[in-house]
Amino acid sequence: MSTRIFGSGIKRREDPRLITGEARYTDDIKLPGVLHMAVVRSPYAHANIVSIDSSAAAAMDGVVAAYTSEDIGDGLAGLPTAWLIPDSDLKTPEHPALAKGKVRYVGDGVAIVLAEDRYTAQDAADAVEVEYEELPVVVDPEAAAQDGAPQLFDDVENNIAFTWVMGDKTASDGVFNTADVVVRDKIVQQRLLPTAMEPRSAMAQYNPATQELTLWCTSQNPHIHRFIISAVTGLNENKVRVIAPEVGGGFGSKIPCYPDEALVSWAAIKLGQPVKWTETRSENYQITIHGRDHIQYVEMAANRDGKLLGVRATVYAGMGGYLSTAAPGIPTILHGLLYVGPYTMDSVYCESIGVMTNATPTDAYRGAGRPEATFLLERMVDMVAKRIDMDPAELRRKNLIPAFEDGYEVATTLIYDSGDYPAAFEKAIGIAGYDDFRREQAEARAEGRYLGIGITAYTEMCGLGPSQVAGAVGFQGGLWESATVRVTPTGKVQALIGASPHGQGSETTLAQIIGDELGFPVDDIEVIHGDTTETPMGWGTYGSRTTPVTGAALAEASRKLKEKARVLAAHLMEAAVEDIEYDDGKFLVKGSPDNFQSIQDVALMAHLAWNMPEGMDPGFEESQFYDPPNFVYPFGTHIAIVEVDANTGDIELKRYIAVDDCGPQINPEIVAGQIHGGVVQGIAQALCEGVIYDDSGQLLTGTMMDYTMPRADMFPNFELGETVTPSPHHPIGVKGVGETGTIASTPTVYNAVLDALSPFGVEGIDMPMTPAKVWQAIQSA
Amino acid sequence: MWPNKFDYQRAESVDQALELIGDEGKFLAGGHSLLPVMKLRLSAPEQLVDIGRIDSLRGISANGGLTIGATATHAEIAASGDVQSMCGALADACGGVGDQAVRNFGTIGGNIAHADPASDPPTVLVACGASINIQGADGSRSVDAEAFFVDLFETDLDDGELITSVSLPNCSDCQCAYVKFPHPASRYAIVGVAVCLKMDGGTCAQADVAVGGATVKAVKCAGAEAALAGSTLDDAALNAAAEAVKADIADWLAGDVAYPESYRQQMAGVYLKRAVKAAAG
Repeated sequence: MSTRIFGSGIKRREDPRLITGEARYTDDIKLPGVLHMAVVRSPYAHANIVSIDSSAAAAMDGVVAAYTSEDIGDGLAGLPTAWLIPDSDLKTPEHPALAKGKVRYVGDGVAIVLAEDRYTAQDAADAVEVEYEELPVVVDPEAAAQDGAPQLFDDVENNIAFTWVMGDKTASDGVFNTADVVVRDKIVQQRLLPTAMEPRSAMAQYNPATQELTLWCTSQNPHIHRFIISAVTGLNENKVRVIAPEVGGGFGSKIPCYPDEALVSWAAIKLGQPVKWTETRSENYQITIHGRDHIQYVEMAANRDGKLLGVRATVYAGMGGYLSTAAPGIPTILHGLLYVGPYTMDSVYCESIGVMTNATPTDAYRGAGRPEATFLLERMVDMVAKRIDMDPAELRRKNLIPAFEDGYEVATTLIYDSGDYPAAFEKAIGIAGYDDFRREQAEARAEGRYLGIGITAYTEMCGLGPSQVAGAVGFQGGLWESATVRVTPTGKVQALIGASPHGQGSETTLAQIIGDELGFPVDDIEVIHGDTTETPMGWGTYGSRTTPVTGAALAEASRKLKEKARVLAAHLMEAAVEDIEYDDGKFLVKGSPDNFQSIQDVALMAHLAWNMPEGMDPGFEESQFYDPPNFVYPFGTHIAIVEVDANTGDIELKRYIAVDDCGPQINPEIVAGQIHGGVVQGIAQALCEGVIYDDSGQLLTGTMMDYTMPRADMFPNFELGETVTPSPHHPIGVKGVGETGTIASTPTVYNAVLDALSPFGVEGIDMPMTPAKVWQAIQSA
Repeated sequence: MWPNKFDYQRAESVDQALELIGDEGKFLAGGHSLLPVMKLRLSAPEQLVDIGRIDSLRGISANGGLTIGATATHAEIAASGDVQSMCGALADACGGVGDQAVRNFGTIGGNIAHADPASDPPTVLVACGASINIQGADGSRSVDAEAFFVDLFETDLDDGELITSVSLPNCSDCQCAYVKFPHPASRYAIVGVAVCLKMDGGTCAQADVAVGGATVKAVKCAGAEAALAGSTLDDAALNAAAEAVKADIADWLAGDVAYPESYRQQMAGVYLKRAVKAAAG
């Protein structure tokens, strides 16, 4: 009986180098003669550039050059927006690498300086004199879309970059006009800072002899970066090599191609010297994409007996000063399509308005559109429950889609792959001891203590996704992955993947898939990623897609190798192929267990090729392109119990229960880690994280002194549970789990706090629910 | 993260430090207030005079009262048995400054010279009647902590003067406490309250109270002190003191967009009660 490595919670193989500081990040790479780039950034959120004088900077000792947009001229094309959503009137205003004539957010680059050391570069940047003519500023996306608001672009009327519509308005109106009950709320999904542990960094080197550019950068998707850098520099794509070395987290913020990466590339070509730029944390907060930023007007219709009928929303989604790489797809495709959630609800309608504002561009941040959808659904469900005086657990139970194994089409046109929502729901309710809690809550209230419980039932779509769907929704790329499993003569494995993990533990998880398929020890399998020259094409690590999509490619490539091995083993043992059995890395002749070839034996013989079956090629390596036939749809139920200190507004999270179903778990420890991290990030949105701009567009939460990152001491031990519902269309049945935590946890905690505050009649508090806001809400109620 | 250029010199004695410091110079001790603002280029001194290795500025001594050298670190103060027995509130406050790395480097002298209104030690020093010992080119002087803290980031120190030590009376027959509501991001005090109670049986003979965090500087709170003195620290006295403390700090309130003045003022009342209970308990 063999022990399966699949399902084993082995330790993450990448951790020793990460936790001992031995990992090599972009900024750790030293090239001789490297120049340091500093970017002169606008201190104003909206202004005309009257003049730029960089002569003093350029004349400083140690400064090699200073450039403005004028100097670059047509040397760099504008940065493309790569998600051109249909069913909208999308406008894609120019996004130059350095501002041309006008700045549109604080931090917009106006000039670069290149110097021999980083200190001098910063001194020189400070010495560039820029004269600005300030313009009126608008930060709020709803305000920006109104007549008379300050205009960011001449060709984007009312700052509206797109209005995306999903659903049939007339049909939706019909449902809402006849429903027993309609609840409505204005929900603000505040801006969030992704705050990857490693800030962004980029270094470029150009070899004039071969005309090749190498760009090391903090990327979640080096092949997409190569694609875009090729487009903006005009270099052929086969002359651009993008390397994402160790990347210290991204949460979506390292998907886009930013001006900085284009600028180091251009400067390296121009000067013939390597150029490096690494952002400070202050720059990270100012210029690296932000997440969320929705103002949502949401309504839900229901019958008095608790049957949910429909949801509809008008969303103002703040895009910031420019449209980032994938930005238009986030508050539309990845948002509206989730409006049914796990419920049997037949009517959905969404109008999502993408609005340019004088703020940092937004783009995908962990969950990307789906947390914003799940929040509004779960908020509305709780409001319906209150309105019809039904317990919120009972209302959810009544409306959950019954279990299904192979496809369930919902009103948003998605076909959920598989689910057993009631099972996960009841499991979470059981762990929480829901009925007991209600008694405890009543007793506590009698003592003046305010306990609350919140529940979220969710499903989400991830494992992005079928390429045909990508094309249909305007994503300017495919969404397949490819992988090569290469076995050396001595039986060691190199798995080359096009995706680019950056902290998820995929080097472990993916090795477990290969080990499970072929019987190689995990320690003999290296997963190689992050270099466009070394690895096959892939579209990157985001959207909880690496395990489902790359994992499937690796499983299929491994299965090809296994078939080759079976045939070769049969040949070597002079047995019939159908008499060969496989067990844990060994190919045995049926009935004679001592007569076998190990996978390592077979690999060696395939390389030596001394004795191959007729027609079999030498070597032991297989590749697989994998285009998923559908998304995968993980699901689950989360429950939070909180206590509010009415004297201060402080919230104590007492318990957090998460029952998630991501199909079979390859490595339960890594799954738990993903859920823990996601839950923490999602709860932080509810309780502490939030970008604050003042009216002039200055970022008031520009450092970690003001922007509240979650800390371990805010959280109890999480109580995790699981159900296992395989995806029917996936080779190993797995679903993604990278974002479920952020998708489910924000409304869970939010609803728990409002439940705790129900004796005060508090109806809503804008996130983050800081002690000051909670206290004020209690006073005002 | 990239400070402007500056000169660096290390002083071997207080006299040498006072000689070296020029018009645009700053004394450098632990560097945990100064270097961050230099890295952000919010401050650009041309010269740093390192006082970190001057022996006479180090250490904690107890003879009757406490004398804490200017370069004693927060960690040393928090761990000092003498401080714990003579002024437990100060040990608590210093033990709650920043994180362990900050406490291992940051010094009491640097902390009070910087006079961040949300810092913890100043509130205890004001409540417990500390005096700040200062040396300048013209000699030495001593200032009551209450007078030392003048306003937001503003102290009684003149240019070129150096804090040499902090003196505290022996509070071992008092019951003192420092409690704070930490800002969830920075862990600085949104409000911090220090109380020092002299008890006579069940009655409070004397109360000293100071509030920081909610205020532009550590503020001594006479109204709250009067409400507590002579009481048995019953609910009525605590409620009266909580109301009084809000009035005591009304002229000195500080706030920001996330935690406005009005909220901090109210929380001063809540935390006063908690501080008294912690001290009396």
